[in-house]
Amino acid sequence: MGEKMLMKGNEAIAEAAIRAGCRFYFGYPITPQSEISHYMARKMPEVNGTFIQAESEVAAINMVYGAASAGARVLTTSSSPGISLKQEGLSYIAGAELPAVIVNIVRSGPGLGGILPAQGDYFQAVKGGGHGDYKMVVLAPASVQEAYELTVEAFNIADRYRIASMIMGDGTLGQMMEVVEFRDEEDNKVYEKPWAATGTKLLRDHNVITSIYIDPVTLEKHNLNLQAKYKKISENETRVEVYNCDDADIIVAAYGTVARIVKNVIKTAEKEGIKVGLIRPVSLWPFPEKAFQKYADVPKAFLTVEMSAGQMVEDVRLSLNGRNEVHFYGRMGGMIPAQSEILDKIREILREAK
Amino acid sequence: MIDKRINIFTGHFGSGKTEISVNFAANLIKEGLKTAIVDLDIVNPYFRTAVVQKKMEKAGVRVIVPRYANTNVDIPALPAEINSLFEDKSLWVVFDTGGDDIGAKALGRYKSEIVENGYDMYVVVNTNRPFTDTKEKIIKMISDIEEASRLRATKLVNNTHLLGETKIDQIIKGNELVMEVSESIGIPVGFTAYMPKNSDDAEIMRQDFDKILLLDKMIKLPWE
Repeated sequence: MGEKMLMKGNEAIAEAAIRAGCRFYFGYPITPQSEISHYMARKMPEVNGTFIQAESEVAAINMVYGAASAGARVLTTSSSPGISLKQEGLSYIAGAELPAVIVNIVRSGPGLGGILPAQGDYFQAVKGGGHGDYKMVVLAPASVQEAYELTVEAFNIADRYRIASMIMGDGTLGQMMEVVEFRDEEDNKVYEKPWAATGTKLLRDHNVITSIYIDPVTLEKHNLNLQAKYKKISENETRVEVYNCDDADIIVAAYGTVARIVKNVIKTAEKEGIKVGLIRPVSLWPFPEKAFQKYADVPKAFLTVEMSAGQMVEDVRLSLNGRNEVHFYGRMGGMIPAQSEILDKIREILREAK
Repeated sequence: MIDKRINIFTGHFGSGKTEISVNFAANLIKEGLKTAIVDLDIVNPYFRTAVVQKKMEKAGVRVIVPRYANTNVDIPALPAEINSLFEDKSLWVVFDTGGDDIGAKALGRYKSEIVENGYDMYVVVNTNRPFTDTKEKIIKMISDIEEASRLRATKLVNNTHLLGETKIDQIIKGNELVMEVSESIGIPVGFTAYMPKNSDDAEIMRQDFDKILLLDKMIKLPWE
């Protein structure tokens, strides 16, 4: 490991993309992720890259489609309302099997909502958002260091599987500052892209990048291929942190910055003799079902904590498939769950479980 | 360390302006001075002076924040109350400005009042931040801030740190770079800022630096 810097999550994501070889950025500023755009506007010209402030989020995602079609590593970033605008483009990118990285630094909704942190875009990210049967890889860092590492990884995953990967963090992750240690060199594999529209030089047939299939039999076959690819990604790219779960009285499921709060709850609870475990999905899709299944019978109950009305909790329930109780605690509107609130909820659940 | 009634903190975003501003104001109060702090950040809605408004008020500091600071809208409107600070000559004032030249622009609105009352404009530098890690970049940052604010930087602050991983040799290295800038553009170093881990640590720093502002962590993350 090498150079250390003090950075905001947003800056670390931007720097990571550049280090991962991304030379195309298309975006439109929105709080709380604008530092990514600022960073790219400043840095891209220095590395002979292209920064375009698009006229809208819709334009930006279609620019991503174009650059990805030509085989380039490309990034767009936004926050919740802007990501909603990108959904049509994301579906087309999935249909055309294009590798791209999208960042969503989530703010509170619905609608214009607010600029403070939230996790209410989980469904949109992992269950579709756009139309049709498609998936994106969704990675949820919990620290600035992890934001850097997962962003580099997002580019590699995207190229490896010809899929869109999303980095999803809440506003706190984007804005907070932590120390990042950069690797001296990224192990960026160069992925051959024989499918890319780079010009035939009259040496090969045309490469066609499209999501339209006129013949229904062919379209179904295309869909089956996509599903087979998603299955392979589920097998290979599931990421999870399991912490303190052996002999836990209760296991908390939380992702992103909420998991950081839960880790401190674990310390406080220990002083009261309550053993709290944490399962932190790092990939939200593919969801780490197996980690939940492994510990299904260990605790008296599970608790999911989110900055939402309860979204990931559904995947926790599906993973456990009725093998244990799953409770929920959430805050919304830009409110962040306090350690004391989570601990109160844990005490209440364990009282009732006895 | 303090000799002007108006003390303005500017710098790159993430340089530590807010942490230093609130600590600076807290020190003024401890010295028995009538103190006000202004959250002049029109750039970033997160991690700002408004977050510690209640704590500061409890300590006796008058706190002026934009009407919608810390809410779900980011309207960069400056409260009229700021004008009153220039009238009350018994008041010591700390301005916590937004980051970069964009944040410093809000100061331009008060240029004539600030100049009339006498001021120090500090530029806070953390040499571990990506856009202030070389002499050239720091000088560019200072001149951009001066141009946008229509004010002159009068003092530099070395706030080089890596949060919990800060080591004294990094601070010294940061100080050397800030000194180089100081010599090159003729702006003196006001002080070094440091967040001590314990009282021994604080003592060592006091011996190493003649001008130092020891910081109490005020701006916290949700899990701190």
